[in-house]
Amino acid sequence: MSSSYLSIEQVSIEFPTPKGPFKALDEVDLRIDKGEFISLIGHSGCGKSTVLNIVAGLYEATSGGVILDGKEVSEPGPERSVVFQNHSLLPWLTCYENVKLAVDTVFTKTMNRRERHDWIMHNLDLVHMTHAARKRPSEISGGMKQRIGIARALSMKPKVLLMDEPFGALDALTRSHLQDSLMEIQADLNNTVIMITHDVDEAVLLSDRIVMMTNGPEATVGEILNIELPRPRHRLALADDPTYNHYRAQVLSFLHERHSKPEAA
Amino acid sequence: MSTRIINFFESTGLSWLAPFVKLITGDNRGQQLNIIFKSLGIPLVAFALFLFFWDLSASRVNTSLGTLPGPTQVMEQAQGLVVEHNAEKEKEEAFYERQEKRNAAKLAKNPEAKVKWRNYNGRATYVDQIWTSLYTVFTGFLLASFIAIPIGIVCGLNQTVYSALDPLIQIFKPVSPLAWLPIVTMVVSAVYVSDDPMFAKSFVTSAITVTLCCLWPTLINTAVGVGSIDKDLINVSLVLRLSWFQKLTKVVLPSSIPMIFTGLRLSLGVGWMVLIAAEMLAQNPGLGKFVWDEFQNGSSNSLGRIMVAVLTIGFIGFILDRLMLTLQRRVSWDKSAILK
Repeated sequence: MSSSYLSIEQVSIEFPTPKGPFKALDEVDLRIDKGEFISLIGHSGCGKSTVLNIVAGLYEATSGGVILDGKEVSEPGPERSVVFQNHSLLPWLTCYENVKLAVDTVFTKTMNRRERHDWIMHNLDLVHMTHAARKRPSEISGGMKQRIGIARALSMKPKVLLMDEPFGALDALTRSHLQDSLMEIQADLNNTVIMITHDVDEAVLLSDRIVMMTNGPEATVGEILNIELPRPRHRLALADDPTYNHYRAQVLSFLHERHSKPEAA
Repeated sequence: MSTRIINFFESTGLSWLAPFVKLITGDNRGQQLNIIFKSLGIPLVAFALFLFFWDLSASRVNTSLGTLPGPTQVMEQAQGLVVEHNAEKEKEEAFYERQEKRNAAKLAKNPEAKVKWRNYNGRATYVDQIWTSLYTVFTGFLLASFIAIPIGIVCGLNQTVYSALDPLIQIFKPVSPLAWLPIVTMVVSAVYVSDDPMFAKSFVTSAITVTLCCLWPTLINTAVGVGSIDKDLINVSLVLRLSWFQKLTKVVLPSSIPMIFTGLRLSLGVGWMVLIAAEMLAQNPGLGKFVWDEFQNGSSNSLGRIMVAVLTIGFIGFILDRLMLTLQRRVSWDKSAILK
């Protein structure tokens, strides 16, 4: 019915609770093209992460489904790799070994030992982390950990990269460094990305489209905003750009006027 | 070289020895002496005070076996036990020497002759009892670990199994293994029947009693450790589609190793305490039997000898705990965690 690369079709999900089923998502519908960078934005608790987890295959939709490249998603897998909010590196492995675990698992049959090593180093290089290859996660900063998390996700050569508030736990400066790195990588690899964020600037700066979600329960896609800013984008140049500020204003007005969180605290 | 020695001491919990190495190699003597005084001087002063008050109070307590032994008497008894042990070992050697000579002579006379070989059946000395106890506690402890760790992992991974086993664990955990001792003894006597037993029955009984109390801390800590693995790490293993075995070895085990070792340490400590009591109660060879025998013996040396045993038990317990701590530091990935 649809020819898009990734389609999320009429996805609803209910969680059983002692007080009866809780409907978190109601008919979320979204089509994403290959190489597109999508941001999901909304108030906390609106089900953004649930959407991502359904695409990842970690949750199963109660009705509707997700089709990636002609195949229905039924379980988690490396072709939909996830960058978790708190990096989720295995603390007992070095950075190199963390990426190696992914590469070894995914490319056991298709690459030999030498090729796998080169591929690990290539991915560490993409995120500028070759210098910390032998370090453990506890020995590097939060931003560096998240870089390794991204390297691990990229190393699986995913069809779609899922990022769950990847920079949410970082300070503003580190966050902007990582956003720049991500844009560089994106310019090189042109991955299909779904990123969850609650940072309006981040969404406008990085995305091709911003998907704004209504408040839960029964959250769904509220509006979709096309960001038609030319790439490469530079945060400094854009700071004064009227189009950029116009997009920002639109997202802000969606979040704070039309769909402000009812019990906002 | 000196850094390597220092690292070794720190990893074995003997970090108080490190300043000595530094003192010998000569960095900043005054500071090192200060550290030595703080880390060693103060405990030594406290220990000396302890000995003083022990000596003072012990001589005031009169029992039917004389006054309580003070540090000097205990020291004498300890030396006496070592002398006894050496004498016994000499007797044993002499026995075997005589036997060999006799057999050799017999064979020289008639090469066809049947030679008999008899084992020496001397009295078990204090040192023998120590070895018996150590051997028993480790057997029981290892047996318990082999049972408890896998069950703990299954409990941690599977809520259903956990709910099924939880009541059993909660009921049996607080039971003193000594209450099991009669049942274990009877079951072992009934079941472990063979003409040429590999282990003595008393050994099997003691070891199983130790196992029964070593199970719980390891089992519970393993289950908690496995159950509290970061959900995101489990998600990582799902996204990577790790096989069941890979998930176990790459994610579950490394992540719960610190908790498993906490359990093992507790288990070994409890096991050692229980073993002594079990040996006393069941008259199974070991330090506990030594204590009980001395008590029944009731000579003027007995109290001193029991005191030697008490101190030995404490010291061995301490060494066992240090051993586990060293092992725990070695295998734990979280080097920042403070283990005490």
